[in-house]
Amino acid sequence: MTEFTPLVSFAGGTLIGLAAVLLMLSWGRIAGMTGILAGILPPFGSDMRWKASFLTGAVLAPLLYEATISDIAYQMPVSLEALIIGGVITGIGVTFGSGCTSGHGVCGLARFSRRSAVAVIMFMSFAFLTVFLTRHIF
Amino acid sequence: MRYLVAGLIGAIFGLGIITSGMANPAKVLNFFDLAGSFDPSLAFVMAGALTIAVPGYALIFRKLRKPVFTPNFNVPNNRTIDRKLVIGSSIFGIGWGIGGFCPGASLPALGLGHPTSFLFVLALIAGIMLAQLIQKARIFEHSASAATPISLTDTTEEIQDHA
Repeated sequence: MTEFTPLVSFAGGTLIGLAAVLLMLSWGRIAGMTGILAGILPPFGSDMRWKASFLTGAVLAPLLYEATISDIAYQMPVSLEALIIGGVITGIGVTFGSGCTSGHGVCGLARFSRRSAVAVIMFMSFAFLTVFLTRHIF
Repeated sequence: MRYLVAGLIGAIFGLGIITSGMANPAKVLNFFDLAGSFDPSLAFVMAGALTIAVPGYALIFRKLRKPVFTPNFNVPNNRTIDRKLVIGSSIFGIGWGIGGFCPGASLPALGLGHPTSFLFVLALIAGIMLAQLIQKARIFEHSASAATPISLTDTTEEIQDHA
């Protein structure tokens, strides 16, 4: 079991939304992790530098937070094999689907993109279905 | 300066992810476990993000002609709902349900220093590169007949496609 944390989770969400708004305001870009991560992998595009900067901040901030303020809950309930398989499948899916929870879920829905709405419905449905199958059927 | 701002925005994003609980795979998988240890917290993450992003985007697009650092807004303009979008997103959902990490949560999780998050990100990168190889092979087929330079096809696709 994990504790139900509506307020903290909502507050964390507002920071994610704020980051999306600030990135659009400053760089005119979508804060989608799929596109940002792909940008620092070959073939390197012209916007590799801002993407690398964004990623550096996104990794360093949690590191500093945990070092100075408090520990962040982290529990890995799945096996290493499942983690690796899940990672590869996720990478394939977000590349073909052109986005993930941040790109389609936050930025896409926030600008009322129908493509993103379809993507969100598909990935949420399949995540619910997958967890039901792995935890209750197999 | 521009890159410092990008880094600070990344930091806000990363802090949002870890405080929200998205970087804790146990919490994510419990959200998806309606029939078991259901934890509805993650719905509040999305609600919080959209509470800021919906009016924020609306205000930006209404009031500003261009972003601060670049000549124009670079938002996806592809409107077609195709098989690639539907199948790709479905595959992502399966991966998310197996591993408990979405890409946006796994990168900030690296900062927490748990070896399992590094393993996930390596697998994620492998998946992304594998999919890019498959896509490239197909783009090559099309562009060979249309005589379009591959690099051009790539850029257009990147701009239009990445939501």
